[in-house]
Parts: sequence; C-alpha cells; structure tokens
Amino acid sequence: MDVRSTEPELRALMIAGLNGDASAHKALLERLCNQLRAYFKGQLGRFNRGPVEAEDLVQEALIAIHTRRDTYDPSQPFTPWVYGIARYKFVDYLRRTKTSIKDLPIENAEEVTAQDDRTHVESSLDLEKLMAGLSPKVRQAIQYVKLDGLSVSEAAARCGMSESNVKVSVHRGLKALALQITKKGADHED
Amino acid sequence: MKTDQLIDMLSTNVEPVKHGQLGKALAWALVIGGAASFCVMLATVGLRTEAAGGIHFGFLTLKLLFMLSVIGTGTALLMKLIRPGQEVRKLFRFLFLPFLAAGFVGIVALALQPSSAWDRMILGTEWVTCLFCIPLFAVVPFALLIWAIRKGAPTSLKRTGAIAGLVAGALGATAYAFHCPDDSLPFMAIWYGAMVILCAWIGARLGPWLLRW
Repeated sequence: MDVRSTEPELRALMIAGLNGDASAHKALLERLCNQLRAYFKGQLGRFNRGPVEAEDLVQEALIAIHTRRDTYDPSQPFTPWVYGIARYKFVDYLRRTKTSIKDLPIENAEEVTAQDDRTHVESSLDLEKLMAGLSPKVRQAIQYVKLDGLSVSEAAARCGMSESNVKVSVHRGLKALALQITKKGADHED
Repeated sequence: MKTDQLIDMLSTNVEPVKHGQLGKALAWALVIGGAASFCVMLATVGLRTEAAGGIHFGFLTLKLLFMLSVIGTGTALLMKLIRPGQEVRKLFRFLFLPFLAAGFVGIVALALQPSSAWDRMILGTEWVTCLFCIPLFAVVPFALLIWAIRKGAPTSLKRTGAIAGLVAGALGATAYAFHCPDDSLPFMAIWYGAMVILCAWIGARLGPWLLRW
C-alpha cells in the first residue's frame, strides 16, 4: 500500500476521532491494526519472535494510540506520529525482554503504514485477568462504558459517580491496562 | 484476547479530546515550579543582603537573560519531545547558544582584566553556595515537569529527561540569581552553566526510569 495514499485518509479519520466520532475512530484503529501487525512482525522476525508477540505489541500500541491520542497535533502529519509510538513500543519491548537493539537498522517512517497484514492471531493477553488487576471502581467504569456500551451518564447513574468521575476512571483504567500489558510482557519473557 | 475485541472496546463511547491540555500542564509546571524555587531560595539563603551591596540590577538582568533563554528554548523543545514524531534537531542547536554566549562574554571579561584578578572573578565569594543551591532549587520544578511530561508521550526518554533537568536547573538558577552576591561574568558562565548542565545530566539518568509509559 502506498503511504501517500493512506496518510490523508488516516489523518482525516484521526481528526474525526479526536472530535468524538466513534465510527471514524474504530475505522482508524482497524486500519492501523493491520499495518502495525505487518510492521511488528517484520521487526520481530529479525529477532526470531513469533506472531503472538507481534499481536501483543499490536494491542499495546493500539491502547497507546487511543489513550495518548491527545498528543497528536492535527496540524502535523499523522504517519510520523504513529510511527513514533510504534517504534517506541518496539524499542521498549526489546529493552524489557533484554534483546539487544544493536543490530536494529534505522527504518523509514513510511514502514509502519506501508503494509497490511490481516492474519489475526490471538494475543497472549487475557482481558478478564487484566481487568481483575484494576480497582473495583475503575473496573466497573470500564465494564459499563467500554464493554457494555452504556453511555457515560447511564454508567454514572449506575455506579453512583459523577460523569466526569466516570470519564476519568475510564481513562485511568485504560492506561492501567496498558501498564499491566507492559509488565506482563516482562514476566512472560523472564 | 482478540484484537477486534480490543478495538471494539476502545472505540465504544469515544470522548472528544480537549486541545491544549499538554501545553497547559507544562505551563503550570513552569509557573508553580518557578515560584516554589523562589520560595525555597527565600527560606534558605534569602535575597541578596544590603551588606553584599544590595541587588545589582545590571548583573541580575544578565543572569536572568542567560537563564530565561535556556528556559525558553528548553520549553519549546519539551513541547515537541512530548509528542511522537516531531522534528527536534534544529531546536537542539539553539540550546547551545546561551551557553556559548555566556562563555564568550566570560572570556572577554577575563581578558580585559589582569590575571591577578582572575581568581576573584572566577571563584567569587560564594561559589560553593551556588554549587549546592542551584540543584536544590531545581528539585521541585523537576518533579513538576516530570508530572507534566508524563501526560504526554515522550519517545526518547533520556533526551526528554535531560531537557526537563536543564529547564529545572535553569529555574533553580533563576531563583539563585536573586541571592547571588557575585557580580562577575566568568562566575556566571562557569558556575551557572556547569550547574544547569549537571541538572541536565541527572535528568538524563532519571528520564528512562521516570518517564516510561
């Protein structure tokens, strides 16, 4: 896939998502997931790691893209931003699994969005186990808003929390999930 | 877990993102950090006394100019470093300018005086105090800057930590300038410069540990 053709499209989806358009956000994550999978598989291939590790990284990167999307500046190109996150997560993975990055060649920003890989593999992450590690309040907020699809005001009424409190809990919860994935990756390899 | 499941989860109830939150956090860290540094200065060594000649506005202005230019460039860099995929190389070059300028005027000032005066010009009266105070005054601003940066997504942790240390050190030195009894350009270039660079080095060591996400 040609980068120049995906950049404007992905960027438009990203900007719509930033403004609260859920279907654009979903479309963006679906597109990125295939591209990230191809990128991580390619990178991990050099270190003899398999598709499950790649899928863990895809999910980690997707959560990071979602929870840190406020760091994207809409006046800037989108591809280098995604590449920055993907590369950071990859380097972090190498560091925590104590793989040497000396042999890692410097890639181009285009590499992330250059290819698609739609082979779906399940990651080693277990959402229920990850959720069990969250505080009850945060877990409930994630369950209602993110899994059951209740609106924030409905969830707030059910939990007996304020709406802004629910929003903060959801955001914190997603970040905590990402952190657990990072930690789990380290345990997994040790 | 299937990735589709995760994507469904992430794209359920998507909230619109408020712009400018990162910049705001960074601005607060600078303002509160600077104020805290100033208070620590007042509580420990205090403003320059009348016995030490009162505040000499010319030299104070030069010291502030030196430090504020470091803070300005450093903050501009941090704004870029907390966003993935931004070009920072050009701005990095600007960072050396204040240090080069201070070094240059320091050397010129030394050259204009006989070498017998150099000891006094370089060591001043309180170089040891300066050595302790600048890193001490930098602690609170550093903690606040780290808090603000953690809201972003720095991808080069050592570098981001170094710039956070540099800006915190420069805030500490700004506070120290209101106490500093030494009116000498070489003193400013050497001790202020060295202490701010030391803070940057400490920041670089702490960055990967404090900023990981």
